[in-house]
Amino acid sequence: MRSAGRRWHYLLFRWALMLLLLAVAVGLGYALLSLPQQAVGLSEQVSANMATSGVQNPVTAVLLNFRGYDTLLEMAVLLVALLGVWSLGSAEVHRKIDPEPVLSLLVGGLAPMMILMAGYLLWAGTNTPGGAFQAGSVLAAAGILLLLSSKRFPVRLMGWPLRVVLLLGLGTFAAVGMTLLFVSGGFLQYPSSLAGAFILFIEAAATLSIGVTLAALFLGGRPQAGPYR
Amino acid sequence: MILQWLFDSLLIIALLWLAWRLLGSADLFKAIVLFIAFGLVMALAWVRLDAPDVALAEAAIGAGLTGALLLSALARLNDLADTTHETHTPSGKK
Amino acid sequence: MSAVLLYALTGAGLFTLGLYALIIHAHLLRKILAINVMGSGVFLILVALGGRTAGAVPDVVPHAMVITGIVVAVSATALALALVLRVQAATGRAELPEEPLE
Repeated sequence: MRSAGRRWHYLLFRWALMLLLLAVAVGLGYALLSLPQQAVGLSEQVSANMATSGVQNPVTAVLLNFRGYDTLLEMAVLLVALLGVWSLGSAEVHRKIDPEPVLSLLVGGLAPMMILMAGYLLWAGTNTPGGAFQAGSVLAAAGILLLLSSKRFPVRLMGWPLRVVLLLGLGTFAAVGMTLLFVSGGFLQYPSSLAGAFILFIEAAATLSIGVTLAALFLGGRPQAGPYR
Repeated sequence: MILQWLFDSLLIIALLWLAWRLLGSADLFKAIVLFIAFGLVMALAWVRLDAPDVALAEAAIGAGLTGALLLSALARLNDLADTTHETHTPSGKK
Repeated sequence: MSAVLLYALTGAGLFTLGLYALIIHAHLLRKILAINVMGSGVFLILVALGGRTAGAVPDVVPHAMVITGIVVAVSATALALALVLRVQAATGRAELPEEPLE
């Protein structure tokens, strides 16, 4: 349908774009190759402070202790994304079609296992791979499976109980941070003897919030609280 | 050592090939399924780079949840396209 | 060349592939896929460069940053998908117009 001139323009644009992106790729590659072959980064600081972090898994130590502020703000990002999705419309809480019996049966067996696994990942995150985000996403997966297999969503729980759980992670995180600001003089500065307990407490609240937030994002809109939409 | 190089190159080729195929696929459904596969291969790459925490997050979030989100959005997109097509086909085009 | 650097270069390649697809495709869902591939490329570079330590233990700070990044990416994707659905509902199509608007 395009005229010959337009088509020619289009081809020219494609070739110019390819050349430009080739230049970008070569530039990136050159930059990467000219970096020093060895760099310690922050690994020495991390291993030097592991003893006071309260946990044995260095990634959890970085996420919730050394750079806890980042994680706090990330929880806020999750919440803001959900607010954005909710402001765009409401979700239907009644299904038009019945879920298949095989799916319901499968989810009935899987969901409790996944919730158990989320709990394990949260607990294990203090000294082996795992943690709040992994546990939260497994929890969210269980929630999504439950949403997919239920004929009718738990409408009564979608009013304020849902909102309380959504805010729980960020709220706990900020409250603990503020309390420590007054007690030990620094935002999120745990006393090293209690750091492990504080981290696990925050992580437990965060896991619940992350799981429910991600499942709510999957629902794709603000669930209506009333029995009629 | 040879085995490790073989594994690395296979993984890298798989990553680049999957990315190429998913971005160029004509069928959106196929593209999303390829994206999920891409996420799972990424999880393998994280394990190879000694980042098991990232591998867990990628497998659960990057492949699983993002895939579910994309698939449900595609289904709703198709539903919406069907309903708008039925209701006002003549005025649909401007 | 070390294996770590090879992964970093792969990350750069994924970023470029994603950028190309982001520009060339008109369909909004494809653009979201492209941004996700670009993000994976950036994450790969970050973690690969964190593996340049002399010992066997890599630098874990990039790992923590990438986990944060993955979660932010999924929330941004969810918001973008909701926006695409609104665009579809409002205009009847989830694509950018192929001809430039006058």
